[in-house]
Amino acid sequence: MTTSSSPPLLPPRPAPPSARRSWRGALRQELFATPLDGVISVLLLAALLAAGVGFWHWAFRQAQWAVIQANTTLFAVGRYPLLQQWRLWLLVTLAGATIGASWGLLRSHPRADRSGTLWPINDLVAIAVLAFVAAWLPVALKLPVPLQLRWWAITALLLVLRGVSGQWGQLVPRRLLRFLPLLWPALYLFGMVLIAGGLGVPRVPPSEWGGLLLTLLMASFAILLSFPIGIVVALGRRSTLPLLRWSSVLYIEFIRGAPLITLLFLGQNILGYMLPGGWAPDRVWRAAWVLTFFCGAYLAEAVRAGLAAVPVGQLEAARSLGLSVPQALRHVVLPQALRIALPATVGQFISLLQDTTLLSLIGLLDLLGTARTVMANPEFLGKNAEVYLTLAVLFWCCCAALGLGSRALERRLDPSHSPT
Amino acid sequence: MSDIQRVPWWRDRRVVPWLVQGAVGVAILVVIALLLGNLVRNLTAAGLLLTWRWLGQPASFDVAESLIPFDASMPYWRVLVVGLVNSLRAIVVGLVGATVLGTAVGMAAFSGNGLLRRLARVYVEVIRNIPLLLQLLFWYFVVFLALPNSTAALQWPGVVLSKSGLYLAWFADGFQWQGPTLVNDVWRAPLRLSVEFSALITGLITYTGAFVAEVVRGGIAAVPRGQWEAATSLGLHWSATMRTVVLPQALRVIVPGLNSQYISLAKNSALAVAVGYADLYSVSETTLNQTGRALEVFLLLLGAYLLIDLVISVLMNGVNQLVQIRER
Repeated sequence: MTTSSSPPLLPPRPAPPSARRSWRGALRQELFATPLDGVISVLLLAALLAAGVGFWHWAFRQAQWAVIQANTTLFAVGRYPLLQQWRLWLLVTLAGATIGASWGLLRSHPRADRSGTLWPINDLVAIAVLAFVAAWLPVALKLPVPLQLRWWAITALLLVLRGVSGQWGQLVPRRLLRFLPLLWPALYLFGMVLIAGGLGVPRVPPSEWGGLLLTLLMASFAILLSFPIGIVVALGRRSTLPLLRWSSVLYIEFIRGAPLITLLFLGQNILGYMLPGGWAPDRVWRAAWVLTFFCGAYLAEAVRAGLAAVPVGQLEAARSLGLSVPQALRHVVLPQALRIALPATVGQFISLLQDTTLLSLIGLLDLLGTARTVMANPEFLGKNAEVYLTLAVLFWCCCAALGLGSRALERRLDPSHSPT
Repeated sequence: MSDIQRVPWWRDRRVVPWLVQGAVGVAILVVIALLLGNLVRNLTAAGLLLTWRWLGQPASFDVAESLIPFDASMPYWRVLVVGLVNSLRAIVVGLVGATVLGTAVGMAAFSGNGLLRRLARVYVEVIRNIPLLLQLLFWYFVVFLALPNSTAALQWPGVVLSKSGLYLAWFADGFQWQGPTLVNDVWRAPLRLSVEFSALITGLITYTGAFVAEVVRGGIAAVPRGQWEAATSLGLHWSATMRTVVLPQALRVIVPGLNSQYISLAKNSALAVAVGYADLYSVSETTLNQTGRALEVFLLLLGAYLLIDLVISVLMNGVNQLVQIRER
């Protein structure tokens, strides 16, 4: 009927750099190119405005954020014993220091950091955002003043170390810089000792971990351990040996065919029967292993796609140079395959982080499980919207940050950008 | 022959693969034997050895909603069938809804309207980075349970939305179009969806819709630009170009991608337990709590979901063959 008005026909294409238009022209082109577009734009703008005003009104007039402010500790660490919380503070401080030092050192060695020249202003943006969030959040959450001061001190430490190592990092010889990546696994292991206890520190059983702490622990544990599983199973699936191939296929299809919740069900209700008496781990660790093997199967598929994208000639060339199959895989095929598989891999990690919320369905007190206990508290009954919204923002930020990091890493690993 | 250097057997390429396979095979067998041996021993000790006789005993718990007749005196197998039917209902409605929403949003990413394009982007980015379980709980507790009760229900032509459910106009007795009516402060309509079901499918559709939108966007982006330009120069307008030129070609890329999204929707439907919808997983969990038959319930669940995945895959492979280009 309205064929006479010809809507824009082509998908948008970035304007050539010479064709600079005024903002008015741009606005007109984007929103009011045709009468139909104009109507759609006006309707959408009206709807957006109404939604925005409604949300503003709710968030600042009706919502009672006390439910968040009164339970920050619970959301952060669950029922972790109060007297042992200094260990978590120490861990956060060490993590802040490590982040600051690594960040600065990478920037001060532009050759080690191939991405440095790609986004110079991002650093300033990141510092500004970090400083703002760290300054504002403890106040908005109405943390007690000593805790506010601690967060500010940790942020200051991070920024100072970033500044110092960025300024004088070049004095650090490159020989030492090679060990920088080792700092992270070391910090992780030390963090596990701090959280769980042992080596002379009093033990805190996993049943007392909770909140964001449990969520991050479960996700990081599963991510770290599922990675080798994924690589081994992917290689097994592409192996010429039938037994290896079929057992890999069986594992992958078994895991991918079932919903995660049924696998968690398996872990909670049946795994205990399958292990010798006394071997069955704690409920939290059982769930952690299920998450690990679950993620491993999906990663195997991602890595397999990466392996399939590496031309066979690469392996043949490496073999004809005299490399053994393991050497050829390690030095030639896997580096290329993993780079190709990177987006899918990070996508899998993001979905694993989201999948940790399912732990609340089997009665563990992860972030969502803790939130549900808070909402069941008569004092905070009916504060669902505030709590769910906060959790959503938190998850969104974590997942979006992982996605951003993945894209940055992709660019950094892209051979077409490398200086050599 | 003595001057030919013999390759030692541990480096012989005819022997090594068999050694590796043998080692892996033995390791797998040992692990499986250990696990199964323990399982049998422990289950025997607990008196829970694999049996299906309990399926015939009365379930003695009720299910909130069921498409087939059911009451608590009926046997366990019946309640599991009720759960399966409920799951299938959510999956089918979810598939259709997610496809429609995803296709619309995926196409909006190529609209000439900048606002629409950016909104489509924002929708995808927001939805994909928030856990589905959180979204389902949000829809159920924050949106659907906060609806007004029957007397103050939200009303549109043919649609009534209240705390007690979603009432829709539909064909009733003798193919007569009939809308919802209020009788004694209770809504009656040919089609009533419970709040649990509504929350579940709203969550599943909006979540899967975002992933479908990405698949559709990728498929459309894979159509060469020349196709748009050729259609344009023939005088086709946007919607005709999309419908007759671009989408048929994009479908070849889209359909395989949809397959995995559909399967993940089917698996995600098991999260219905969080919003109190009596799907297969939810009734299985109750069954386990009453009978203690963990292994049998798990095997049934696994089998049911594998079957659903298989059916979706087979159907989508059929669709895939339909949309492929037939070369002469």
